[in-house]
Amino acid sequence: MKFTLVILGAPYGASASQSALAFAQAALADGHRIHRLFFYADGVHNATRLAAPPQDEHDLPASWSELIKQHQLDAVVCIAAALRRGLLDATEAKRYQKDSDNIAHGFELSGLGQLIEASAVSDRVITFGP
Amino acid sequence: MKSMLCISRHSPYGNALGREALEAVLAAAAFEQNIALLLMDDGVWQLQDQQQPLAGQQKSIARNLSALEMFGVDTVYAHQGSAQRRGLNSQALCIDSVQWLNDQQVRQLMATHDHLLSF
Repeated sequence: MKFTLVILGAPYGASASQSALAFAQAALADGHRIHRLFFYADGVHNATRLAAPPQDEHDLPASWSELIKQHQLDAVVCIAAALRRGLLDATEAKRYQKDSDNIAHGFELSGLGQLIEASAVSDRVITFGP
Repeated sequence: MKSMLCISRHSPYGNALGREALEAVLAAAAFEQNIALLLMDDGVWQLQDQQQPLAGQQKSIARNLSALEMFGVDTVYAHQGSAQRRGLNSQALCIDSVQWLNDQQVRQLMATHDHLLSF
């Protein structure tokens, strides 16, 4: 089955991100396909590469990055939701004259159209939210 | 074309989900997708008339709701029970095009759409 996952919860702030990660791992292990991960609302914070959780806690953003890399997943972060929350890639950092970018490798900033397209071609769209 | 139902369950200004749900609906409508909006639980507060968001700090949800019709989303569905439990006055709403549904009708609405986007 072809899934699209919508992640609305920030890491550590809500269990949504943890649940979505577990779902994605289980679905892939079962041979399903993930058409796209779409990070929206507070979920955009999962894409930071600057999270530094205590050593005895699970590094959720790092786990997302690993999963994306390992399975070559399409991971889209809603650009409007990201920009207003200070999640930027190099292009946007330059455009808005910010001193740094902070998006982890493997995530891509794009528009809500990517969620709409994903819905159109996926068998299931699963939302993980608060 | 697949049909989508966006379910919005959060109050208008308590967090950003209500507004970001509406933005997703507007985007889907702009891409000429078949999308409907259902407000339930605290989401029915988005319909409250005379909203006064903080000027310059919060954008009006009511204005976004009013824009739906322009984007081809003619009907906004809302859950009757949620409004009754909260004492929301269904005669004083910020938009006219609300269709109230009972539990059974909400179930039906969910069953007849291909995808549910839950906010």
